[in-house]
Amino acid sequence: MSDTLTAPLPGHKMPHEDYLNATYGIRSWLLTTDHKRIALLYLGSVTFFFFLGGIFATMIRIHLLTPTGALVTPETYNKLFTMHGVAMIFFFLIPSIPAVLGNFLIPLMIGAKDLAFPKINLLSWYIYIVGGCFVLYSFGTGGLDTGWTFYTPLSSVYSNSAVTPAVIGIFINGFSTILTGLNFIVTIHTMRAPGMTWFRLPLFVWAHYATSLVMVLGTPVIAITLLLVGLERMFHLGFFNPALGGDPILFQHLFWFYSHPAVYIMILPAMGVISEIIPTFARKPIFGYSFIAGSSIAIAVIGFLVWAHHMFVTGESTYAALTFSLLSYLVAIPSAVKVFNWTSTLYKGSISWDTPMLYAFGFIGLFLIGGLTGLFLACLGLDIHIHDTYFVVAHFHYIMVGGAVMGYVGGIHFWWPKITGRLYPEALSRVAAVTLFVGFNLTFFPQFILGYLGMPRRYHTYPPEFQVLNVLSTAGASILALGYLLPMLYLTWSMRYGKVAGQNPWPATGLEWKTDSPPPTENFHVTPEVTWEAYDFQNRPDLGLVAGASPLAPAHGDD
Amino acid sequence: MHRTGELYGHFETLEQQKESAALGMWIFLVTEVLFFGGLFLTYTINRHAFSTAFGIGSNTLDITLGAGNTVVLIMSSLTMAMAVWSAQVGKKKLVSIFLIATLALGTVFLGVKAVEYKQKFDHHLVPGRSFDMKYHPTHPMPGDDLKELALEKEEVDKAFAQDPDINAHGQLYFSLYFGMTGLHALHMIIGAGLLLWLIKGSFAGRFTPQYNTPVEIVGLYWHFVDIVWIFLFPLLYLIDRHR
Repeated sequence: MSDTLTAPLPGHKMPHEDYLNATYGIRSWLLTTDHKRIALLYLGSVTFFFFLGGIFATMIRIHLLTPTGALVTPETYNKLFTMHGVAMIFFFLIPSIPAVLGNFLIPLMIGAKDLAFPKINLLSWYIYIVGGCFVLYSFGTGGLDTGWTFYTPLSSVYSNSAVTPAVIGIFINGFSTILTGLNFIVTIHTMRAPGMTWFRLPLFVWAHYATSLVMVLGTPVIAITLLLVGLERMFHLGFFNPALGGDPILFQHLFWFYSHPAVYIMILPAMGVISEIIPTFARKPIFGYSFIAGSSIAIAVIGFLVWAHHMFVTGESTYAALTFSLLSYLVAIPSAVKVFNWTSTLYKGSISWDTPMLYAFGFIGLFLIGGLTGLFLACLGLDIHIHDTYFVVAHFHYIMVGGAVMGYVGGIHFWWPKITGRLYPEALSRVAAVTLFVGFNLTFFPQFILGYLGMPRRYHTYPPEFQVLNVLSTAGASILALGYLLPMLYLTWSMRYGKVAGQNPWPATGLEWKTDSPPPTENFHVTPEVTWEAYDFQNRPDLGLVAGASPLAPAHGDD
Repeated sequence: MHRTGELYGHFETLEQQKESAALGMWIFLVTEVLFFGGLFLTYTINRHAFSTAFGIGSNTLDITLGAGNTVVLIMSSLTMAMAVWSAQVGKKKLVSIFLIATLALGTVFLGVKAVEYKQKFDHHLVPGRSFDMKYHPTHPMPGDDLKELALEKEEVDKAFAQDPDINAHGQLYFSLYFGMTGLHALHMIIGAGLLLWLIKGSFAGRFTPQYNTPVEIVGLYWHFVDIVWIFLFPLLYLIDRHR
């Protein structure tokens, strides 16, 4: 195991004035236009919804300990998985990396003082909160039992749960996403520092650019679709109700036209995080920079062309099914390009096992499994057998939790020193990372087997022969919960008691690491001028990594 | 609120600020295309499935009012473009005049729409419990041309024979009519609000050849709203217009 560079260079002090202490009082936070503070506002709110979604998940897993499920009634069970999905997807996964890490880092990474539209950035957060309130109101006044997919006519006509406030809340939340994406696109186009050309951008920025394209093009479609569901429910219109001449399949097409690209909104930013972590802890430029950048755009584009792979069993024609199946296989190719390039980056690298790197390795392995099982599902014949089973549930949890959430937690750890100026306790953080990995696999791998053996998803009971696997899954969930709890505790602890990090503790090559930790409100005291390529470890003597120089030598890292 | 010509703190140059504002508005308009797009898709699929009902529904719309409104809106786009031009050449008084003209024309449009909506309500064509496509032909209202009404009754009866579920399918047409024109009208009301804000600024002399970005980007928004109507008018008003 090679040295890690988590011991801060001697003599580090917290900067005298940074964005955290520049102004005081609750108004300075709630009326801030500083992208860094807005990122922390989002951190608080997405963590809240993560907890909420986690509570629903806990109840589901406890209920499924026994085949006849004695914890909740069947109706309540429907509400549990629905609310788990809605809270996690719309209010945690979609905002998480872009709204927390993207908001914080993009201006820093491109050498700008803020995003293009700081007030719209704050507005995005408030819109998120208002949307969240509507959904919480829905949860609190009868819940939601339609599945996060809101299939009609159950959602638009027959459900007796609080559908209308929920669709209003998600509709409103969509505008938060749209405005964030718009902000990112304009910022990346117009606010790069001198010398920061497109192909010198960190891959994290490319990933968020691609994500923003999806956000901006896809989200309006779910907005209008849910609006129509709400109108149908309120005014007894008939767009999606067969009894009035409407078409439920139209709803599915409209819904999935957004919701498939939505999963790319969830994974592309995580891939961007991994593209930052791997070169840093392999001390090597990333392999195939332009291919990784291009693959992000390719995923965003092709991702819009595969939506009906969610509808193979709803009666679409064989020709349509074949087309969508083929396109779904094609969309895997750019993802594979990334995995190959990350792995190639490790070759002849100087690898260290810091916590962010552990999350990155976890990501690669789990995303690989999740992605490959997606191809199982894209295969028409096989999908007939495994559609709507736990195989699908395991597939998307491998991607969304094993992939996106690991990327999120890894990114939080990687940039924690920059955000707070402090380091977290390394030994404990590694234990937590391993706990998360073990707990995750124990929770979700049995679900692949369950699904393949035929256990349907969204059912509150199951045949008794599936009990052992279900119990394993629930046991895993408790370990997974511990893996999430530990970082929440030690990260909070570190804000006060952690070692002072200094400007560039890892060290890493991005522009964000050339300013104080935590950064001043205006990000850089002097607008930087970029004359080096991305991840160029060779030509950066300021990092102290040149052969012969001790990485612990003082002064160089403190530009 | 920043004053005319001043840089916001996070931009390096006025040029960067202007470029960002314009790009931001264009991207927002793209999202609006996708937003309305869902409705247009729903319309297309339903029109294909229920062409008879859609034809009858379309024929109940007043084509004079619709065409008139189209002209009004196109003219308002012209006055908006003139407002942008006036700002660019420094004719400050004209900026105010053209902005007020745009607002006035927009208000005329909304007024006509209100008249049309009331007509639909009176003719029992608002989706809901009292929706009935047979109502108007059998219940003449003051000011109706009785010959036209008789022709309409004939058409409706023929349609019912072809498609016994005309009322259900006709409700789909009118749901889309109110949904699409309603969403469009909402965007126009927002546009009117933006115009009021611009008029206030133009009275204060804010818009100069060096700084007229707000006029330009509200102009873009207004033109977009106009283009949506250019699509809505033929799709809703001009189906089966053979009479």
